[in-house]
Amino acid sequence: MTRAPLLVLAVGNPSRGDDALGPALLERLRAAGMGAASDVELLTDFQLQVEHALDLDGRRAVLFVDAARPGTTRGVCIEPIYADARLPPASHALRAQAVLHVAMQLAGHAPPAWQLAMEGEHFALGEGLSPMAERHLACAVDMAMGWLQTRRCQQFSSKCVT
Amino acid sequence: MPVTTFTETPCPPVRRVVIDPLSRVEGHGKVTLLLDEHNRVQQARLHIVEFRGFESFIVGRPYWEVPVMVQRLCGICPVSHHLAASKAIDVALGIQAIPRTAEVMRRLMHYGQIMQSHALHFFHLSSPDLLFGFDSNVTQRNIMGVAAAHPDIARQGVLLRKFGQEVIRMTAGKRVHGTGSVPGGVNRHLTHAERDELAAQVPQMLAWCEQAVELVATLHAQNPALYDHFGSFRSNWMSIVRADGAMDLYDGVLRVRDADGRILQDGTNVQDYLGLIEEATEAWTYMKFPYLRALGREGGWYRVGPLARVQNCSHIPSPRAETQRQRFLIRGPVHATLAYHWARMIEMLHAMEVIAELLQDEALLGGALTAPLPLQRPARREGVGVIEAPRGTLFHHYVIGDDDLVSWCNLIVSTTHNNQAMNESVRVVARDYFDGRAVSEGLLNHIEVAIRAYDPCLSCATHALGSMPLQVNLIGADGQLLERVLRHGDGRIERSAA
Repeated sequence: MTRAPLLVLAVGNPSRGDDALGPALLERLRAAGMGAASDVELLTDFQLQVEHALDLDGRRAVLFVDAARPGTTRGVCIEPIYADARLPPASHALRAQAVLHVAMQLAGHAPPAWQLAMEGEHFALGEGLSPMAERHLACAVDMAMGWLQTRRCQQFSSKCVT
Repeated sequence: MPVTTFTETPCPPVRRVVIDPLSRVEGHGKVTLLLDEHNRVQQARLHIVEFRGFESFIVGRPYWEVPVMVQRLCGICPVSHHLAASKAIDVALGIQAIPRTAEVMRRLMHYGQIMQSHALHFFHLSSPDLLFGFDSNVTQRNIMGVAAAHPDIARQGVLLRKFGQEVIRMTAGKRVHGTGSVPGGVNRHLTHAERDELAAQVPQMLAWCEQAVELVATLHAQNPALYDHFGSFRSNWMSIVRADGAMDLYDGVLRVRDADGRILQDGTNVQDYLGLIEEATEAWTYMKFPYLRALGREGGWYRVGPLARVQNCSHIPSPRAETQRQRFLIRGPVHATLAYHWARMIEMLHAMEVIAELLQDEALLGGALTAPLPLQRPARREGVGVIEAPRGTLFHHYVIGDDDLVSWCNLIVSTTHNNQAMNESVRVVARDYFDGRAVSEGLLNHIEVAIRAYDPCLSCATHALGSMPLQVNLIGADGQLLERVLRHGDGRIERSAA
């Protein structure tokens, strides 16, 4: 089965306050029709694990989406990321850079990847999104849509050239 | 990479050494070593600094939501919570038995969870320590290091875990936040295509599971002095077993053995668990300390998880794993902390054998999915569901009110059962490897390896919402309070010295 060339992989626990930012963004993309697009796959999980490296195989580009602890990201930030073997895992979970590295070790390559980080402030069990997180989510949805639009245009023009 | 903080009191001879946080343990932990006047480790305390509030999260919710919502308690073993809650709600509703299809679907889901979790722990978290040595470069001692130095092993670990995750996806309906298990049964069958897809992978998965057992057995054989003695101490063991004593990780009765392997309790109905165990509290941690009522707080603590289960059962009812179990126990009861890894791989092999057998069961493909609710509503809707989660025995206990909302609940997770044992492991390792002067990086590594053997999931082990703030007391050898540190719920820190 052919895989969608674009992957958005959002992580977070929907029941832990602003940790829900990743899954919430994915739901917004789904509501915008991205879930039905044949060239885009939307995946969500609690946290990144080694087997997510297998989800990267055959992709043209990947966008990792996650909430960020206060102080690690200011507001919303999207940036390219690269495989990094120097990042030991801090818990059962891997960082996106480490998932890319495992993918390289297993398949010999990893797709170009970006990370969309949204700053949160409260992460307790049972809490909803904080007002700050709601603001960051709205902004991040625009960024994610822009990322998808750019990648899809590139794909289209690439096909035209071919 | 762990951040190390050294805190020394101004008044010798008592020193307090804090290591915070532990790396590669879910959530965060903190270890305090209490030294005596001769700078020997007198006591070790594994503190839990995360604050969760499970019961408050659940109370007030409709009972039918519970099996799904409890998956959000833990990102590592959501399926175990999903199934333990389902089993407890079944009992509370008065459902005597679920259909065979529901039973085999739930079992398949559970053994898929055991397999993926054990693969994650061994290949991703522990094999770097075991393959490279505890004192190896921390930048190499991780899964990326394994992938670079041992690509075949790393690949097998990833694909074994992936297989377990696929079993979960097909039985639970989704990769995460599955809804497969519902009160009274399940809500789906396996399709022929799904069954065939999984069955086609069975021979390869079985072979890799056997190789994993061989790998850890070889590591033990290469360095028996380390593997037999590192963090070794005697303890009781608890798990559920099948009625005939066989290993059963999904359902059964409670059994307890003592350190010499003698059965202390057997056949205890899980609904009566409160008659068997009690939970003690300590001022220095949110996490409770379960113990056997009959033996009391001092002598009644026990260990759970793979090392307990492999020794507690009378046999493993699958041939390859039972052969490995016989080999594992050839010299009698095993108390070494590192033996958890060997036992874990034997269980992974057993889980794969069970999956292979379940996939041949036609009940997966058709038949009634749920049991009907009894015509007569129970006078008191209360139930306990117990399951052997990857890390050990997991209790879910609920009371449902007349309004169908959960009015009371109690959860005891595996890491809580192992609380005393983890403290003891840290104490023994610190006693053996602390040079009396300073905490070396080697000591840090050894302490982390000891804790990691239990595969603790500290982020899902505390429940004290609305309770006291975190407090740390510094006690001198003469019993006098030297310093008190109080951390409020809003993060404010208060310090007071005697």
